[in-house]
Amino acid sequence: MPFPLPPLPTIGQLVFTGIALFTCASALGVVLARNLFHGALALVATLFGVAALYVMLEAEFLAVSQVLIYVGAISTLIAFAIMLTRSMMYGKTSPLNRQAGKTGLFAVLIFLALFGFVQSIPWPASAAPVLANESMIAALGEQFVTNYVIAFEVLGLLLLVALVGAVMLARDN
Amino acid sequence: MVPLTGYLLVGAFLFSAGLYGALARRNAIAILMSIELMLNAANINLVAFWRYGEAQADLAGQVFAVLIIALAAAEAAVGLALIIAVYRERKTVNVDELDLLAG
Repeated sequence: MPFPLPPLPTIGQLVFTGIALFTCASALGVVLARNLFHGALALVATLFGVAALYVMLEAEFLAVSQVLIYVGAISTLIAFAIMLTRSMMYGKTSPLNRQAGKTGLFAVLIFLALFGFVQSIPWPASAAPVLANESMIAALGEQFVTNYVIAFEVLGLLLLVALVGAVMLARDN
Repeated sequence: MVPLTGYLLVGAFLFSAGLYGALARRNAIAILMSIELMLNAANINLVAFWRYGEAQADLAGQVFAVLIIALAAAEAAVGLALIIAVYRERKTVNVDELDLLAG
């Protein structure tokens, strides 16, 4: 037996591989799509993939928030913006600017550097079982009003200011 | 169980793809979508490190991820409002044609 067979992947690893490939492929679709609306649809697919990854990480509340806020709200906003500004979008011009080649090389190099860095460190291969699910959302809420209350309040203020500002900016005057 | 490396590599890929899109696309909305990709990459890393880390009980990774999602919503609202305002003024959303300040 010169080569011992590698251990068979578990169900969880197969599911993870599928989700990861789906997410990465749709992320490539977002940045490479010539038609901006196809890019937006690929973004929705990517966000769903990320939500599935959250489920695999046993952060269910986060997965639901991701679907509600990203897929539900932000994607709708982006679709509206695409439709409101569409006239220039489908011309003969390239969707990429002049530095696209150099930027592509740079992005590939960044990915390879991150890849090498991630591979070079012995990360834990498994994690301790997570807290009981029914207590997790309650614990998260408790964290928001105790340890992270300042961040929470500032975020609320920021959302208010940002949304009022967005209305002011986009208003037709 | 999937090793932490898998999640980190997905995050790295999403970040690189978003970086490429943010730097190479001409359309401002495409740039905004690429920024959303990079924010999601950071979120995956935060949640993965929370899940595989020692201090699960204080839920810091999830708290950060929720804050980033809310920030991303604010960023998208303001960014898209700016794009619509610019489009109304200049009739274009290609960032390399917005050269009002170029000498």
